[in-house]
Amino acid sequence: MTGSFLQDFGGMYLNALLVTLRISAWGILIAFVIGFIASLIQYYKIPVVRQIFAVYIELSRNTPLLIQLFFLYYGLPKLGIVLDREVTAIIGIAFLGGSYMAEAFRSSLESIDSAQIQSALSLGMTPSQVFFHVLFPQAMAISVPPLVANVIFLIKESSVVSAIALADLMYVAKDLIGLYYNTGEALLMLVICYLIILLPVSILGSIIERRLRYAGFGI
Amino acid sequence: MLDSGFKILFQGQNFNRLLEGLWVTIRISLISVLLSMILGTLFGMFMTLPNRITRWISRFYLEFVRIMPQLVLLYILYFGVAHAMGWNIPAEFASILMLVIWGTAEMGDLVRNALISIPKHQYESAAALGMTKRDTYLHVILPQTFTRLLPPAMNLITRMIKTTSLIYLIGIVEVLKVGQQIIDANRMQYPNGSLWVYAAIFFLYFIICWPISLLSKYLEKRWK
Repeated sequence: MTGSFLQDFGGMYLNALLVTLRISAWGILIAFVIGFIASLIQYYKIPVVRQIFAVYIELSRNTPLLIQLFFLYYGLPKLGIVLDREVTAIIGIAFLGGSYMAEAFRSSLESIDSAQIQSALSLGMTPSQVFFHVLFPQAMAISVPPLVANVIFLIKESSVVSAIALADLMYVAKDLIGLYYNTGEALLMLVICYLIILLPVSILGSIIERRLRYAGFGI
Repeated sequence: MLDSGFKILFQGQNFNRLLEGLWVTIRISLISVLLSMILGTLFGMFMTLPNRITRWISRFYLEFVRIMPQLVLLYILYFGVAHAMGWNIPAEFASILMLVIWGTAEMGDLVRNALISIPKHQYESAAALGMTKRDTYLHVILPQTFTRLLPPAMNLITRMIKTTSLIYLIGIVEVLKVGQQIIDANRMQYPNGSLWVYAAIFFLYFIICWPISLLSKYLEKRWK
């Protein structure tokens, strides 16, 4: 039963797996960039831009991705902004993820003792040297656990994109349940596919975390 | 063109209907949050038991529920269990069940972390004073964990409210579905309705979740 299920629908799942991976990867990548920029703006307290990003962070953290996607996909075309499904999904994940990444980076930047910055400055380092040689390496090390958690969170959240008819894993599973009523196999494959994506991320995350803890970095 | 679209929200009973839809979301969230907080506290205590078997069971439950997207859990409960058992599970029951199963795991993890952050001598001193296990937990341990637990627990509540939006996908008529109905019913009169209705729903969620997040942040700073 399961053998023939794999033969018949394995290809569909593989395609769907790639869709999920693709939108998650792009979304997370952009979220990293947004988060990094936003955290620097917050950390260095750049006026005006900082307030704008603060509003963005609150909006994005306190609303569900499903609603964000509906607004992007069904609402924005009324303003003349028509987006492709996959682009919508990527923007949605990036919009949601950016604020989570920003909080992760910002709190690790803030956790570094200001005595370190003062010492570095008194040694004659320029502010940019302080950032690249003192702040950044330590902040990266500290932020690994929350960043990995965010990556897993965003891949999980990407399951919602099936709501805008993007053929990701959820969509295929629901399609097969509706068409052939082979619920058990369809759901089992769904679980297996998500485990294939998420388990390595989770395991890799804990390995990196342990390495960094070994390295110390003054934590 | 666009400013006239705004009126779709206040046309007839539209706004009341949106709020009614929102109440469905809130009601399901509230029931799930309440059950998850209670069961999660018990689960957190269960996880700290010095027994290899209970630790394995709770660890497996926690990891599985955490690594699966909540939507997958919802599908398993709504389609999978119904299919396997031949039961016809009401969508609302399946939703609450999913939220409680997930919420209990997340809450349990928070409770466990709070419990193990209490120094061992607190337990030992209580035992030395002749307090029973139950009294130790009720009068010594739990009150101390409370301040550590409340900010992240409130954060979990906002996550649960946001996750409740998924119930739309198994056909419950909640705020998003009502919004769609309003858009469809007024398509001729307000062709731009979807922009305003989805923006309104976006802000409804925001208005509910934001104060809870703010309070959580405030308490975290205050009790540090």
